[in-house]
Amino acid sequence: MLDKNGIAKRIAREVRDGYYVNLGIGIPTLVANYIPEGMNVVLQSENGLLGIGPFPFEGDENPDLINAGKQTITTTPGSSFFDSAMSFGMIRAGKVDLTILGAMEVSENGDIANWKIPGKMVKGMGGAMDLVASAKNIVVAMQHVNKAGESKLLPQCSLPLTGVGCVKKIVTELAVLDVLPEGGFKLLERAPGVSVETIQQATAGKLLIEGEIPEMNLD
Amino acid sequence: MNKVVASAQEAIADIHDGAVLMLGGFGLCGIPEHCIAALVEKGTKNLTCISNNAGVDDFGIGLMLQHRQVKKMISSYVGENAEFERQLLSGELEVELIPQGTLATRCMAAGYGMPAIFTPAGVGTEVAEGKEIRIFNGKEYLLEYAFDADFAIVKAWKGDTMGNLIFKETARNFNPMMAMAGKITIAEVEELVPAGTLDPDHIHTPGIYVHRIFQGNHFEKRIEQRTLRPRS
Repeated sequence: MLDKNGIAKRIAREVRDGYYVNLGIGIPTLVANYIPEGMNVVLQSENGLLGIGPFPFEGDENPDLINAGKQTITTTPGSSFFDSAMSFGMIRAGKVDLTILGAMEVSENGDIANWKIPGKMVKGMGGAMDLVASAKNIVVAMQHVNKAGESKLLPQCSLPLTGVGCVKKIVTELAVLDVLPEGGFKLLERAPGVSVETIQQATAGKLLIEGEIPEMNLD
Repeated sequence: MNKVVASAQEAIADIHDGAVLMLGGFGLCGIPEHCIAALVEKGTKNLTCISNNAGVDDFGIGLMLQHRQVKKMISSYVGENAEFERQLLSGELEVELIPQGTLATRCMAAGYGMPAIFTPAGVGTEVAEGKEIRIFNGKEYLLEYAFDADFAIVKAWKGDTMGNLIFKETARNFNPMMAMAGKITIAEVEELVPAGTLDPDHIHTPGIYVHRIFQGNHFEKRIEQRTLRPRS
């Protein structure tokens, strides 16, 4: 079973040289720590930056320079600033190669719910609806089951949707799965030490298992 | 042509109860903090505020919420604010949550003189309820209208006496398109310089969009999430 950093490390393997990538808040933010040295990747922050760098050293923090999670950051060489309309313009126009975000629920046809729990506090969708409606390639980082032990990979989402039919791949603490265009979660890889049976039990939606399922390679 | 006013108080003097305001900023970054303080001091009520976020409890638009000056918030993300949550749950505050790109583009449309835009954000979700859908190249898009705001209040890094503005780093965010979208646009800047001082090639918002400008006395520029990396 993977911890949050393990999930981030596995997702980092989806990143390719030359990609522009948008990382959501939470586990997706950690993916930046595992992008291989020497790989040229530009991270987009939807508040208006291409080229997110590491957190600043103490004393170097700059209130005018934050990421979409409102954290102080730095920039990388070759970075650029722009306004929010242009930021979502580049997202809508499909210029961002890969979007990695968290989810409360994903359905077997690729619907995603991650912005609202009715009856509890509603924080809002931020840029998530824009990202999932336009991104070419969406990878979801999430826990396979919720705190009550219920599966978050479902036949249909029960929470209000963020987007429909958009999730392509899911990485959880247990597994890597593709969401098939015709519907269903196709099991690709198991987390180290996790059995296919455990993944089957934790998946409420249709799970497709073909042949031997390899363990993830995290090296 | 001189658009300079002496203070935030003078800049917002004619903002009336029930006005529709746009306020620039993302989180607490690039917010017009002097105008917000002046609005709190003036006690203007029943405001509709179009702003990506609602500040925190004791800074930004959160201060206007504390003083019950806001009737309606139109935002994309409103976490980090307990008073906001209380007013929302008690029904005192009306809230319209919309996707961030839709918010930005509805401002942009107003500034570009376009009545509406089409966006795929929110298709198939509750955001789409009651909205016209058009299909282009096989994909569904929602019709979203340009905002109609009485005043836009923005914060820039530098400005000149003709209202030309330059923003800094990620404090730019919603400020340029809101500056273009207000019937009356008020800009507060860190440094106000005589017209002719700024390089025309470096202007982000041309002065034609800006009606009033002043230099803030002291920007607190509060940091919401101070994240650091260890010096090893």
